[in-house]
Amino acid sequence: MTAYKLNVNGTILSVDVAPETPLLWVLRDTLELTGTKFGCGQAFCGACTVHIDGVAERSCSTRVSTVGESKILTIEGLSGDGSHPLQRAWLEAQVSQCGYCQAGMIMSCAALLATNRAPSDDDIDEALAGHICRCGTYPRIRKAIHAAAKMTAEMGRDAGAGTSAAITPRAGAASGAPTDDARFTANVATGTASPTAGAPRRAPTIDTLVQLDGGAL
Amino acid sequence: MTQPFTQRKRLPIPGGTLSAWARGGLGRRDFLKRSALTGAGLVIAFYLPARGEAAGADGSFVPNAWLQVDPEGKISLWVARSEMGQGVRTSMCMILAEELEADWTRVTIVQADSEAKYGDMVTGGSASVKTSWEPLRNAGAAGREMLILAAAKEWGVPAADCVARDEAVFHAASKRSVKYGALAAKAAKLPVPKTPALKDPKDFKIVGMGEPRVDGPKIVVGAAKYGVDTKLPGMLYAVTARSPVFLGKVKKFDASNATSVAGVKKVVEVPAVEMTSPFGFGPAKPGNQHFLPSGVAVIADSTWTAIQGRKALEIEWDELGHGGENTAEHRSKCAELAQKPGQEVSKVGDADAAFAKAAVKMEAVYELPFLAHTPMEPPNCTAYFKDGHCTIWAPTQNAQGVLAAVAHALGIPTSNVTVHVTLMGGGFGRRLNVDYGVEAALISKAAGAPVKVFWTREDDIRFDYYRPMSLHRMRAGIDESGRVNAWMHHIVAPTTDGYYEGPQTPDVAGSELAGPGLTCGSVPNYLLECSFLETAVPRGYLRAVDHLANRWAIDCFLDEIAVATKKDPVTLRGELFGEWHEMPPPKNPDDEVVDVRRLRRVIHFAAEKAGWGTPLAGERRGRGIAGSQAFSSYVSQVAEVTVAKNGAITVDRIVLAIDCGRVVNPDIAASQLEGGIIMGLTSALRGEITLVDGRVQQSNFNNYKMLRISEVPKIEIHFVPSEEAPSGLGELGVLSVAPAVGNAVFMATGKRVRSLPFRAGELATS
Repeated sequence: MTAYKLNVNGTILSVDVAPETPLLWVLRDTLELTGTKFGCGQAFCGACTVHIDGVAERSCSTRVSTVGESKILTIEGLSGDGSHPLQRAWLEAQVSQCGYCQAGMIMSCAALLATNRAPSDDDIDEALAGHICRCGTYPRIRKAIHAAAKMTAEMGRDAGAGTSAAITPRAGAASGAPTDDARFTANVATGTASPTAGAPRRAPTIDTLVQLDGGAL
Repeated sequence: MTQPFTQRKRLPIPGGTLSAWARGGLGRRDFLKRSALTGAGLVIAFYLPARGEAAGADGSFVPNAWLQVDPEGKISLWVARSEMGQGVRTSMCMILAEELEADWTRVTIVQADSEAKYGDMVTGGSASVKTSWEPLRNAGAAGREMLILAAAKEWGVPAADCVARDEAVFHAASKRSVKYGALAAKAAKLPVPKTPALKDPKDFKIVGMGEPRVDGPKIVVGAAKYGVDTKLPGMLYAVTARSPVFLGKVKKFDASNATSVAGVKKVVEVPAVEMTSPFGFGPAKPGNQHFLPSGVAVIADSTWTAIQGRKALEIEWDELGHGGENTAEHRSKCAELAQKPGQEVSKVGDADAAFAKAAVKMEAVYELPFLAHTPMEPPNCTAYFKDGHCTIWAPTQNAQGVLAAVAHALGIPTSNVTVHVTLMGGGFGRRLNVDYGVEAALISKAAGAPVKVFWTREDDIRFDYYRPMSLHRMRAGIDESGRVNAWMHHIVAPTTDGYYEGPQTPDVAGSELAGPGLTCGSVPNYLLECSFLETAVPRGYLRAVDHLANRWAIDCFLDEIAVATKKDPVTLRGELFGEWHEMPPPKNPDDEVVDVRRLRRVIHFAAEKAGWGTPLAGERRGRGIAGSQAFSSYVSQVAEVTVAKNGAITVDRIVLAIDCGRVVNPDIAASQLEGGIIMGLTSALRGEITLVDGRVQQSNFNNYKMLRISEVPKIEIHFVPSEEAPSGLGELGVLSVAPAVGNAVFMATGKRVRSLPFRAGELATS
């Protein structure tokens, strides 16, 4: 067993684990941050994705001994209150079914939007090539990413700053990017969307039947 | 502005309707009761049937759902249905609130724990909304009437002069109103109306709206707790090594290396538990040899440590003669059986004679492989055995089964077992099986502590209850006028129901006979036969079960007939299914009478929406159609594909039309269908579990591959407007996609694929 000080969601946390332990299990079993999920244990599915210094990484295949002082960001720290544009877009598009893979999806998408403020469909395909959703929410994920990109642009918010804001820990934590975060918070506060509100009610999408088959029906 | 669904144009259904829903016998009987609980406000107990069976058929009434309006006006729905991504929590609140005149978002849904006294709590068969629709409406309407009556009595006015809305009762003449909470205690003393008046659907304000899922906000911040997120004080973690050969057992093991791994607490043998069925309940039948597999469990202070301990185990297995099974041999055995007479299931006319005399004789063999479920949350379970009582936290579709199986395995009364049902990261039928619950209970007892038993993805893929492989020998005789005069279908498969409930005989064969009768009644001479493949491979139900297998064969074969008779595939189906006719009574309880008008209508609807008959630009492109019925609903899909020169298939577009009765929540319904299409495409294009020397060859997502986001086609969902009661939905999207793609591939390449999954090599051009 070895003692490590991990920077998780802006807080320095001490753990005492075997050096080869994957970061995933340190997060889940030791730190009880269970928002990050196990899907395959081999970096085939993306369910365990977290940010390490802003880069989307598979925590199931990242040994805790290799993390050092890097900043780890998990789904719990992405915004803390569900106000990240992706989280809001996710609810707006009603993406989730079982929801299990979605934290990993959102984390990869957040890393994508941080470097690419208006990703194309091909960009999205590339960023999510390593992810699996067994419920088949892919079409709505694509829709949500485009919506989040648009939302970010409309908020007049620099995409890079957004990431900094995302990396910013929740209130009371020790470090972060306060300038960007303050601006982000102000924008949210004066914005039209309530970050924690669910998606609005939508109109039904029932088609009107077209009379077919020469009226034989 | 949103517009109630009911104000949209509706389709009048000519002549009466055939509703398999009615077969379930869910008449409005005396299934509502007032609870005797005091101080709880108004509590109405009722029963939600699991799979269309008549509730309380034996005359007893055991509630499994409760509606509560407490004195503060808080409305709760206590249910024993499992949420696994299908949105059932949302849809059920919507139905209840509609009749109760409440705000559905303020209805709190409480996951009822499983105790022996409750009835069946299986979540499966696309049944949750289908079977809950009427009971929930009745419960909500009864509550509304009782609250109105309580207000009317207080005011001394006729109840008919009062109306309920927005969780309050109003009396217009005196301009008085009172909130539900203030009426709850008084309403609780009134008799529960046996036949409360249900709302006219034209007055629906909630049902038919695309309301957001209740679980969404927690999911996006990582706060939703699944079974695998369970943590108890003093909890240990375990993984189990299981026999690499099905039905094998531990011969001996050496745990010394495992116990020397830092953090490993204990290594214990998990005995093979003989069960009446892997569902955990049901009568034991002679010849049933099912048991939960034996293994060796490593108990440690973390999941990772337990996995490391397991790697260090040395185990000698006794294969008990089951180490010789191979997929190639399974296939040749099935092909052999298909050529011999099978056991007769359904017969109309004389198909053999008609086939012999046919002007054109057609014959083709279709095949499907074993499939694994692979929900993203792998199997897991947390158990705490203490002082003769066992508490279970399980992501399960079958809490009652887990309860019964755990009691059986531990030798304790069912009253000493409590099952907490957790949120599930997908289910798809895998979580109908109780194996991991029993394992966790046994390991907790051995550990003397609460234990979370975890399955890696390799464990999940190698120790599943697989969708059975099957082979379908199809024969059709075409007469001089080009009409199908004889239809013969011989199904060869290892039976699933037989595996669960007893030896393999036609009496117990059930699920594999789900849905083969689509053309029965449409062809003058019809024969359905089945034969069984003996195998030790565990079988289970996978989303769309054997409807999928049978319809793969039927819908592709119909396309072959269309080509042979030079008819358009849509026209052929229209002619074949014809006008209204009675079908012979189905032999399988999962099979249903097919309303051919609804089937034809949904096929035509999909064709119309897809632009059937319009040219497709580009080389090696094709369009195919398939149409099916299952779980009382009707679905048709049109696929557009491009097949590359190397044989790689790109599915460009899927158009789905469905008639599933009234749609409670169109947005959730659409998402279920989108997901179903993607799951169906995944298995058609990739899915295959194979055996060599009795061992499953696949292990993780690198060799049991899933569709990725870049491979998802453009998907269009169309609902046929309907006033029928809601019918099955969750499994319908999966159903017709493979044959639609297969038929499109034929149009694109002229090559007929009859064996799933599609293989690029077979479609490459030279």
